[in-house]
Amino acid sequence: MSTILVGPPQRKRETLEQAVIRFCGDSGDGMQITGSQFTNTTALYGNDLATLPDFPAEIRAPAGTLPGVSGFQVQFSSSDVYTPGDTVDALIAMNPAALKMNLPDLKPNGILILNLDDFGETDLRKAQMTSNPLEDHSLDGYRLFPTELTKLTRAALKDLGLDNKSVDRCKNFFALGMCYWLYNRSLDTSMRWIEEKFRSKPALVMANRLAMQAGYSYCEATEAFQITYEIPPAKLSPGVYRNISGNSALAMGFVAASQKAGLPLFLGSYPITPASDILHELSGYKNFGVITFQAEDEIAAITSAIGAAYAGAIGLTTTSGPGMALKTEAMGLAVAVELPLVICDIQRGGPSTGLPTKTEQADLLQAMFGRNSEAPIPILAPATPGDCFWIALEATRIAIKYMVPVIVLSDGYLANGAEPWKIPDLSQLPEIPVKFEKNPENFRPYRRNPETLARPWAIPGTPGLEHRIGGLEKQDVTGNVNYEPLNHERMVRLRAEKVAGIVQDVPDVLPAGDSSGDLLIVAWGSTYGPVTAAVNAQREEGHRIGHVHLRHLNPLPKNLGQILGRYDRVLVPEMNMGQLLMILRAKYLVDAIGYNKIQGKPFKQSEIERKIEEMLE
Amino acid sequence: MTTATLPVYTKKDFQTDQEIRWCPGCGDYAILSAVQSVFPELGIPREKFVIISGIGCSSRFPYYMNTFGFHTIHGRAPAVATGLKVARPDLEVWVVTGDGDSLSIGGNHTIHMLRRNVGLKVMMFNNRIYGLTKGQYSPTSEIGKKTKSTPYGTADRPFNPISLAIGAEATFVARSVDVFQQHLKDTLRKAAAHKGSAYVEILQNCNIFNDHAWESLTEKDARSEHVLQLEDGKPMIFGKNHDKGIRLNGFELEVVQLGNGITEKDLLVHDERHPRPSYAFLLAHMEQRPGFPTPIGVLRAWEDVPRYEDVISEQIREVQENCGKGDLGKLLGAGDTWEVRA
Repeated sequence: MSTILVGPPQRKRETLEQAVIRFCGDSGDGMQITGSQFTNTTALYGNDLATLPDFPAEIRAPAGTLPGVSGFQVQFSSSDVYTPGDTVDALIAMNPAALKMNLPDLKPNGILILNLDDFGETDLRKAQMTSNPLEDHSLDGYRLFPTELTKLTRAALKDLGLDNKSVDRCKNFFALGMCYWLYNRSLDTSMRWIEEKFRSKPALVMANRLAMQAGYSYCEATEAFQITYEIPPAKLSPGVYRNISGNSALAMGFVAASQKAGLPLFLGSYPITPASDILHELSGYKNFGVITFQAEDEIAAITSAIGAAYAGAIGLTTTSGPGMALKTEAMGLAVAVELPLVICDIQRGGPSTGLPTKTEQADLLQAMFGRNSEAPIPILAPATPGDCFWIALEATRIAIKYMVPVIVLSDGYLANGAEPWKIPDLSQLPEIPVKFEKNPENFRPYRRNPETLARPWAIPGTPGLEHRIGGLEKQDVTGNVNYEPLNHERMVRLRAEKVAGIVQDVPDVLPAGDSSGDLLIVAWGSTYGPVTAAVNAQREEGHRIGHVHLRHLNPLPKNLGQILGRYDRVLVPEMNMGQLLMILRAKYLVDAIGYNKIQGKPFKQSEIERKIEEMLE
Repeated sequence: MTTATLPVYTKKDFQTDQEIRWCPGCGDYAILSAVQSVFPELGIPREKFVIISGIGCSSRFPYYMNTFGFHTIHGRAPAVATGLKVARPDLEVWVVTGDGDSLSIGGNHTIHMLRRNVGLKVMMFNNRIYGLTKGQYSPTSEIGKKTKSTPYGTADRPFNPISLAIGAEATFVARSVDVFQQHLKDTLRKAAAHKGSAYVEILQNCNIFNDHAWESLTEKDARSEHVLQLEDGKPMIFGKNHDKGIRLNGFELEVVQLGNGITEKDLLVHDERHPRPSYAFLLAHMEQRPGFPTPIGVLRAWEDVPRYEDVISEQIREVQENCGKGDLGKLLGAGDTWEVRA
C-alpha cells in the first residue's frame, strides 16, 4: 500500500434498499465467473437476489467485437427480489464493445467502471465506434470511473513471475475487488473459491487472490469513489439458505425423487444448450446410483430412457427445443405404452437453432400438441430457479402414479438464473409410492387402476408376467394388438381421460394480490419474477389486480375458469406469440389479451407495468 | 435363480397365443422356430428374456414369443434396449430388426450399440427389401435393382452388414440363413454365449416382394459351391466335392483348387478370436468378388472387451465404495450456505 496516505480518506456510506450491478466484457474476460462470485458473496451476506447471465452462443467470438460480449447482471436487495432489475446502477465494462452493448441499460448518473487500457484505436474500431466515448462527452451523464485495470493488475502481480497473458486474465478479479469495496462486501467467499478452483495451480491461486485484493485496496487507497453503498440483509423467512440455479435445482430434484421413490434414476441425454448442465451435474451423482447415458442423439436419449423406465428405473431425458422436435415420435411411444418418463425441455429462442443461449417460452404448444394423433402429455412449468427442485419431484410423482410421460418446461432464464433457496427439510419432500405388479394371477397389462386409470408397471424379470407392449394400438385390458374401430376410440378416450384426471392432484389456484377486480394476469414459467414485481407495484398505485401463476399447464387447475370470470380483464404476458393465451381462449372462451415479448430476454418489470397501465387507462 | 430350480422349458413355453401375421412362406417363420428351440436350452429363466424390436415385418417378432417383449419405433430398438440393459444388466435382452430398420433409419443406433459393446444379441433379418411398406429397395438391395420406388433401378451402393458391424468395432459378428435350421440354431447359441454385443445377420427370404433373393446360396445344388461355412480352427473349404479352399496370399484372399500339390495345409484356418478386425474384414468382403463363396458362421468373436453395462455398474460401485452412498440431506445443503434466524 502507498505510504503517502496518512489515513483512510473520509467517505460517505449510503444505505440503499437495493442495487443492480452488471459485469460485461469479452467472452474471454471471465464475466460469468465474476458475476457468480459477486452473487455468491451477496447471497451469503443475506440479500435476496436474482441474476441474469447473458452470453453469446459462440465459445469465443473474435476478441473485442460486439458479438463476443458476455454479461452477468444481479439485483440484490434488503427486501424481496423478483427480477434481475430493469436498469443498472453500476456497470463494469471491460472494453468498448461491452460498453456499447450495455450502456443503454445504465441509469442516468449510474456508476460506470471502464478498463481504460482497452480504449485504444483498435479496440474502438472492433466495437465499431467512430469516436472515443472517453473524449466525446457521450458519457457525461454518468459517474465515470476510468480505471487502468490491465496496468494495475500487472503491477499488482509483477513479482509472481507469470506471463502477461496469465496476469491479464486476472483483471476480472481486480474489477471484482473494486465492486466488493464499493458495496462493502467481504472478500472471504471469493478467496475460498479461488483456492478451491485453482487448487492444482498454486500460482493462479496467488495471482487471482492478489488481483482481487489489489482491486479492493485500490479503491481504499485512491479517492476514486466518494461514496460506498450498503445494502442490508433481507428479511427472508428463517432457515438455512443456499444459492441455486434452475438447472442445478432440477438435477437435485431428480436425485431427491429417485431417493423418495427408492428407484435408480436413469438420465438419457444428448448435449444441448441450455440443458447440458443437468447432464453434467447428474453425471457426478454416481454415489446416488444415478446412471447417466450420453446418447448418440436426441432420439436415443429419450428411447434409452423409455427402455430404463420399462426396466423399472426412473427414466429421464433433458433437452431444449430442437431436441424436443427430434424426440416427438418417442414421446408418442411413451404415451402408447404408458410408461413413466420425465422429459425436461429447457426452452430457448427458436425456430430451428434459433438463439441457443437466449430464453423463450415458445415450446408450450409443441409440448401440448407436438405429436402425431391424439397423444396428451401432462405439462409442468417451474416459476423460479428454486421451484425447479419441487417441479422435478412433482413430475416424477405424477409420471409414476399415472404411468405417463410428463413434460417439464423450464427455460434458459430459469436454467442459468440463480436465487437464494431455502434448503428444505427432508421431511418436507413428498412421498413417491411405487408399486410394481407382482401377481401373475389374472394379470392384464392394460387393466387400469379405477382411480388413476394407470396401468400396472410390470417389469421384466417378474415370473409369470411375460407380456408384450408396443406402439401398435392395444386392446383395452389385454394389451394385445387390436385394430378394431371402437376399441381404438375407447383407447384414445381412455388415454385422454387419464391425463385429464391428473387434475385431482392439481391444487386450485389462489390468485396473488386481489381475488377479484380490474385485471387478472395469468402467466407461467420464468415470467413469475417480473409479473409479481409489476403487480405489487401497480396494486400500490390503487389498481385491483390478481396474478395467477400456473405451474400445471396440462391439465389446468379445476377452478381456473371460475377465477378468470372474477376480473374485468385478463392479461397473459408470455415470451412467445401467445401460446398460453390461445389455450385459455379456446378452453374458457375468455377474451384474454396477450402481451408478447420475443427478444430472447425476460420481461422487465417496467414493461409489464406499462402494459397494465395501458389496459387500465 | 439358480439352474437347479429352473423349470425345464420346451419350445411350447416360448410360443404365444397370438395369431402370426407374416405372409405364408415368409422366412421369418423358420427364424421364429429356431429361436423358440434355442431359448429353452439356454438355462435362463423365461421371465429374464426381453425381446426388443423396431418397425418392419421382422419387428413383429416379440408378439410371437412368450417372453417380455417391446415393439418400439422405427430404428430405435438398440437405443431402447441399451437403456433397458444398462438399468438391468441381469436381463437377457435380444433385439430383432431388419435391413431397413437396422441399417437405414436405425443405422446410427446400430453402430453406437456395437462400439459400446452393450450386452445385447441382435438378429438382423436381411431380405434386401422393404416388405411391410410393400416393396421399396432397402440399404442392402443390390445396385440397379428395380423396385416400386426405383422403376429404373437403384443408384445406391448397398451396405455389407457384416462389414459395417466390424467397422463399428463389433465384438461378435455372424451370419446364418433362415432355411439352414441347424446352422441358424448353432449360430444363435454362440451369440447367446457371447458377453458383449452380438450381431447376427440372418439371410431371410421375402417370398412376396423379393423372392429368391438368396437362392444362389439356398438352392440345393448350388449351395455347396456358393457357401463357405466358417468353423473355428478349421481350414476354409467349400465346393460340392470339398475340393476348393481359401488361401491367404499376401494381403489378399484367393480361391484355390485342392490337388496338384495344394493341400488343406495351405489353406487359411479360421480364427474367430483373431484380435484384429482386419481379418474378419477380409472374410466379410470375399463374397463381393467373382468366384468367391459367401461365408456364413461366426466371423468374429472377440471377448477381450468389457460390456458397457458392466463398466457403468462398476463405476457406480467404485464411487459408492470410495465416497460412500449418497446422502440427500448433505447434497441439498452442500456448498456455501447461510442461516436466516427468526
